[in-house]
Amino acid sequence: MEQGPAGGSGPAAAAAAAAAGTGGLLLPLSETEQQRYSELFSRCCPPPEAAAGGSSVGELFRASQLPPDTLHQITEVCGAKRVGYFGPAQFYIALKLIAAAQSGFPVRIESIKNELPLPRFMALKNDTEVRYGTPAEFHGVKFQVPHATLEKNSYKRADEGDKQEPKSPPMSPICSPPASPSTYQRIAQSYGYGKARSGLEQQHGAPYEVRHSTHQQDGPSSGNYGAKSALTCSTPNRSLAVEREQQDSSSQYSDDPWRITEEQRDYYINQFRSLQPDLNAFISGSVAKNFFTKSKLPIPELSHIWELSDVDCDGALTLPEFCAAFHLVVARKNGYQLPETLPETLLPEYLQAACLKPVRDCALFDSYSEPLPSSQQTRDFSRAEKSSAEEVPDNSALLQDGKKDDKQAVKVSTTLKTIPKEFQHLTVKAAAQEPNAHRARPRSRSYSSTSIEDAMKKGEEPPTPPPRPQKSHSRASSLDLNKIFQQNTQAVRSGWLPPPPPALPPRPSVSQEVVLAQPPSKPARRKLRTEAQGLETPELSPTINVTSSLPAVKPHLPVQKQSSKQKRAIQTAIRKNKEANAVLARLNSELQQQLKVRNALKISDKAPCNQFCVTSSSIEIRAKNRTVVEISTEMKAFNENTLPSFLQQASAVTCVLQHEKTEKFV
Amino acid sequence: PAVCAGNYPLYIRSVPTENELKFHYTVHTSLDVVDEKISAMGKALVDQRELYLGLLYPTEDYKVYGYVTNSKVKFVMVVDSSNTALRDNEIRSMFRKLHNSYTDIMCNPFYNPGDRIHSRAFDTMVNSMMMQVC
Repeated sequence: MEQGPAGGSGPAAAAAAAAAGTGGLLLPLSETEQQRYSELFSRCCPPPEAAAGGSSVGELFRASQLPPDTLHQITEVCGAKRVGYFGPAQFYIALKLIAAAQSGFPVRIESIKNELPLPRFMALKNDTEVRYGTPAEFHGVKFQVPHATLEKNSYKRADEGDKQEPKSPPMSPICSPPASPSTYQRIAQSYGYGKARSGLEQQHGAPYEVRHSTHQQDGPSSGNYGAKSALTCSTPNRSLAVEREQQDSSSQYSDDPWRITEEQRDYYINQFRSLQPDLNAFISGSVAKNFFTKSKLPIPELSHIWELSDVDCDGALTLPEFCAAFHLVVARKNGYQLPETLPETLLPEYLQAACLKPVRDCALFDSYSEPLPSSQQTRDFSRAEKSSAEEVPDNSALLQDGKKDDKQAVKVSTTLKTIPKEFQHLTVKAAAQEPNAHRARPRSRSYSSTSIEDAMKKGEEPPTPPPRPQKSHSRASSLDLNKIFQQNTQAVRSGWLPPPPPALPPRPSVSQEVVLAQPPSKPARRKLRTEAQGLETPELSPTINVTSSLPAVKPHLPVQKQSSKQKRAIQTAIRKNKEANAVLARLNSELQQQLKVRNALKISDKAPCNQFCVTSSSIEIRAKNRTVVEISTEMKAFNENTLPSFLQQASAVTCVLQHEKTEKFV
Repeated sequence: PAVCAGNYPLYIRSVPTENELKFHYTVHTSLDVVDEKISAMGKALVDQRELYLGLLYPTEDYKVYGYVTNSKVKFVMVVDSSNTALRDNEIRSMFRKLHNSYTDIMCNPFYNPGDRIHSRAFDTMVNSMMMQVC
């Protein structure tokens, strides 16, 4: 293969040719660029031919990871189309254009007049070395050190790349081998976050390095220019790829920094397990935040990583999402710039196929074509289905799980209440409202909660009358209350109406609206409601807020992202939730009412029942007040808590409340 | 469009970048109108209909539209009056998109409510939306 000096002289001539070829365009090539380009050119067309082979050039261009349109543009601009072949001039111009495009400049002659970084080619391992002192050692075969694992090595090298760049570019092959081990040592120290992971990668890198260092040139060891090591573009190199025993077969095809290898995936999965033992469950946002903050990346970058990886925007990471996020963190730590959009190989359905099926086969490629929304939908839909099916057991489950299954409980509760995304949204809304509410407590809360609740009631009234009375009857208190009400005259009931408004002055209009809105409901329900109308306590409203703001959020999100089937499922879940909360609220007010009424009420022939009811209701009220106090303290502590934990607490308290009621009265 | 919470802006973006200060000023003054509309609703229902506050007030050469979320985060949009092609529905849908993107941002555990919004996805969405209009 060509020697260094020969390569050095070549580019000089080529530069002149470039000048001539493009009709007078003087293309300044720096020394490094010259060497680089000449090496690339020689790879694509062994000298002494004057023109590069079209296929190898094409492969090289494709390896630059630019979209095909850009490549076409580049081909046109550099003149290859015009002259019909890739002469040295055209080739160099094309390389410059590729560099420009990769830096984000438009493909035009003007853009390559500036100083540009070297073009990056994924397919060519070691190409991206800045210092290419001796393109000579183009022992093409050996040269293409099996990248992919070294894809990981190159991650680290990227760290060093910037440091080493200022050094004099050419490095003799002699000093390269010593440089490589030292490079790796440095990398090991700088990569504190990876812990075992860096060890993993180091192991891969070192043996390769050792193996190849003897006939190695500086290329791979020296600093990286954002190396995206990858498969070689020529067939001989590809055969070498097979040699790498350590390389996992799954990553043999198209290695790029955004593809997760098996070791990486296993590592991520283990990390996931350490955070969340169930691989099919989620990691909540707060847990993930703490975990990724340990990586010491700046918060805006972590925020961007989260944005990229949490594709369904639910505030929690599934296993594939977590792998993607972790991979992005690792890549960033190794110096890669974060992409603007999630690369294909990091998409959840792709990763999910890979994660869940350890079998590596090329069928993984098929998952590329799987549209994201559908997988998302199926996932959400399954969640929604789960929610409607498991609503009741989840209540008790939530209590029992307690702290241990925090994350799971959060997720269970989210499925319980509604689709996770909306739930997170509305907890945010409820939470964000909290600080404001603290300032203008009764008004804002009543304003939002009851009105939302009314809207919610209105929304849910017509479709689901049958289940509701059953629900109300399930609460023993309401049973007793029903009896009481049946005994009482209309006058008594209406007599109650005046007291409620003074009790809660801000809500008179609301209560009336409630009454007006509920004519179609069943009698039992109506009775409960009339007495409860004015008495919803402010303390309970936050929990109502949590789920009540659902309908407000609901219209936005389903429109955009859910199918109609899911919408229905979600809406039923929402309605059930609303019902539960509404009943709870009413229950509280009933109990308070009872307490007040106890003295005013004339004991009828059902005296024992009433008394029992009344005394138990007073106990209830006390218990309720205790839990309500807990709720309010949690509200106050919200600012420290993150949303999911707040949610979890709110839901836990709600369920405690429910439980207490059912227990006491049964 | 601007996103404001607690009367300080979380996010402001304007397309024709001249007169930017004037837009900022307009947005800030329109916050008063938004607050007034919110308080006027009193205990009234708050559903999505009311979240969209409609045309706040037309001034010399631009119109201001408002939208408030359940968590009292306000979105304010200032459009050129010469842009008569903008219908109410379009404004509504733009606000809806803004709201959705905002809730997506909220999901991010690294985002603290009350911070300025730096999300690139949000930027992209807003830019594309404004490009559509202008």
